[in-house]
Amino acid sequence: MLSPRISQLAIIGIATGIFSGLFGVGGGIVLVPLLVLWVGFDERRAAATSLLAIVIAASAGAAAQILYGNVDYLAALTVGIPAVGGVLIGTWLQHRIPVAVVQLLFSGLLVVVAVLVAFE
Amino acid sequence: MIALAIIIGVAAGVLSGLFGIGGGVLLVPALALVLGLDQVEAEATSLLAIVPVAAVGAWRQRSYGNLDIRAGLTIGAFAAVAAVAGVALVNVLPVELIRYAFAVLMLYVAWRMATSALKQLRSTTDSTAAGGS
Repeated sequence: MLSPRISQLAIIGIATGIFSGLFGVGGGIVLVPLLVLWVGFDERRAAATSLLAIVIAASAGAAAQILYGNVDYLAALTVGIPAVGGVLIGTWLQHRIPVAVVQLLFSGLLVVVAVLVAFE
Repeated sequence: MIALAIIIGVAAGVLSGLFGIGGGVLLVPALALVLGLDQVEAEATSLLAIVPVAAVGAWRQRSYGNLDIRAGLTIGAFAAVAAVAGVALVNVLPVELIRYAFAVLMLYVAWRMATSALKQLRSTTDSTAAGGS
């Protein structure tokens, strides 16, 4: 299993953080393609690693937002609890779909997000 | 409205597990347009909702043997710090201009991801054919 250099990981982390801070896009949209195209992770390993990175980064971001008083807890539960159920379905699906197909679907998602970012 | 928010929440979770993203791309619009939060509240609330979703996803992926813990922790730590810089830059940079550049960059990345995926699919088909003959 290839082991990425710490400098590569640092650069990916910084790029992810800056873009998500700038545009409010989640880090995964930036992070997963960098892991696949630059580090050479397959789509599954990239997605798994991205989720852990998001836990760290989103926790820090959420903590800051809580201090600013911007968080609506009831709304967070309303979407968050169903989303936890959804992620179990999503990871189950991902494990059963060929890796290249997941990657192809991901490029479709990128196009959608590119359009959303441009026409926000 | 609550039912719609729940449905979008499930969909965001599925995308999150399938693609390794947070799901904010669906959660933020759901919070803003369906539950009526303003944009800042929607983004803040989405960040909090994402934490348990990504944590459960990462935990499932770990049991599938896909998780690189060292890489995930390192990237996450740098991203957390850099996000602060990103938020600060919003107030300094011509964000509208960068927005279009970023969208174009994403389209390019989408094309690269798609061609690499198609290459993988083709080589799988070739090796299957070769193995079969």
